[in-house]
Amino acid sequence: MASLKDLRNRIASVKATQKITKAMQMVAAAKLRRAQSAAEAARPYATKMEVVLANIAGGVSGSEAPALLAGNGKDQVHLLVVCTGERGLCGAFNTSIVRLAREKINSLLAAGKTVKILCVGKKGFEQLKRNYEKHIVDLIELRGIKNIGYGEGEMIAKRVISMFEAGDFDVATLFYSRFRSVIAQIPTAQALIPAEVPAGGAKASYEYEPDEGAILSELLPRNIAVQIFRALLENSASFYGSQMSAMDNATRNAGEMIKKQTQIYNRSRQAMITKELIEIISGAEAL
Amino acid sequence: MATFPFELVSPERVLFSGEATQVVVPASEGEISVLANHAPFMSALRAGVVTVDGGKRLFVRGGFADVSPAGLTLLAEQAIAVEDINVEKVSGQIKDAEEDLRDAKTDDARNRATAVLEGLRAMLAVARH
Repeated sequence: MASLKDLRNRIASVKATQKITKAMQMVAAAKLRRAQSAAEAARPYATKMEVVLANIAGGVSGSEAPALLAGNGKDQVHLLVVCTGERGLCGAFNTSIVRLAREKINSLLAAGKTVKILCVGKKGFEQLKRNYEKHIVDLIELRGIKNIGYGEGEMIAKRVISMFEAGDFDVATLFYSRFRSVIAQIPTAQALIPAEVPAGGAKASYEYEPDEGAILSELLPRNIAVQIFRALLENSASFYGSQMSAMDNATRNAGEMIKKQTQIYNRSRQAMITKELIEIISGAEAL
Repeated sequence: MATFPFELVSPERVLFSGEATQVVVPASEGEISVLANHAPFMSALRAGVVTVDGGKRLFVRGGFADVSPAGLTLLAEQAIAVEDINVEKVSGQIKDAEEDLRDAKTDDARNRATAVLEGLRAMLAVARH
C-alpha cells in the first residue's frame, strides 16, 4: 500500500495539473471569443461572394465556362486540402477532420482514382502521414501566424490554382471544421474546384465592365481564396472551442481525482492513528 | 430622393451597410455614380475612393461592384475609411514595401510587391487630400 507521503505527492501533482488545464481553458476561452468574432465578421463577404458568383455563373454556361468554374471535364486525380490545427490538446478536433478526410480517401482509392493531399496544419499531416505518406504533396504550416488574415487564404489559394493550371489534379475538395457552437464543431468537406455554385442566381441581364470573361477570371480565384480563408477562420474558432471544452473536462476530471485521492489519504491517516492507539492501549494493558 | 441598400464588405469585416441615395464607385474603366434603380451592372474595382452621399469617403482596393435590383454590393479585397488612414503608418509600410521590391528575386514576388506598393501609394495619396 502507498505510504502517506506517496499519497500527498500524488494529490499535489494532480492539483498542479488541474491548475494548468484550468489556465489553458481560460486562455482558450479568450482566444475563442476573438476567433469567433473574426469568423463571424468574415461571413458576410463569403455569402455576398456566393450571391455574386451565382448571378454571374447563370450567364455563362456550357463550353465557355472557365475551368475553375466547371472543372476540366475529368475526375481522375483528386486533391484534398485538409485544414487542421497546429497543436493538440483540443479533444477530437484534429481527429474528426482527419477521419472525414480518410473516409473520402479510402472511397476514392477504392474507385481507382488518384489521390493527392495538401495538408494545412501540422497535426493533420502527422495523422495522415501514417497511412498515406506517398499521397501527401506538401504541408503548409501556419504555426507562427497569430491572427489569420486574408493573405494566408490567398497564399494557399494561389498554390492550389497554380497546381490546377499545371494539370496536377482535376478536382479539389477542402476539409475543415465548421464552427457551430463551443460544443459542436462539424467536420465538413467542400468542393473547391469545380466551384460549388448555389442555384437560383438572379436572371437579370447584367452589364459587364470590362467583360464577363475578365470579371469571371478575377472572381473565381478570389472566390477560392475566400473559401479557404473562411475555412481557416472557422477552423481556428472550432479549434479553440474544442480545446476549451476538452480543458474544461480535464479540469473537472482532475477535481474528481483529487476528491477521491484525498478520501483515501484521510482514511489511511485515520487507520494509522487507530493502529497507534491500539498499540498504546494494548501495551498499557500488558503491564 | 429614392434610396437603395448599399453594402461594402471586405474579407475581414463589413464596413458599411445601410441606405444611400448616391454612391460613387472607382470602377476599372472609370468612376461611376450609382443611384437608385440602376440597371444590373457588374464591374471590377481599381484602387480609389468610394463616396457615399457626397460625404463619407472610403478607400478600397481590388474587388468587385455588383449592382442588382437588391442594391449595390461592393466586395473589396481591402477597404478602410479615409479618416482612419494613418499617414505615418502607411508611409512606413511604403518603405517596407519598397525594400521588399528591391529584395524580390522572382518575377512572381516582384509583381506581388509592386501591387502592394501601388495600393499603398494610392492609399497615401487619398489620405493627403
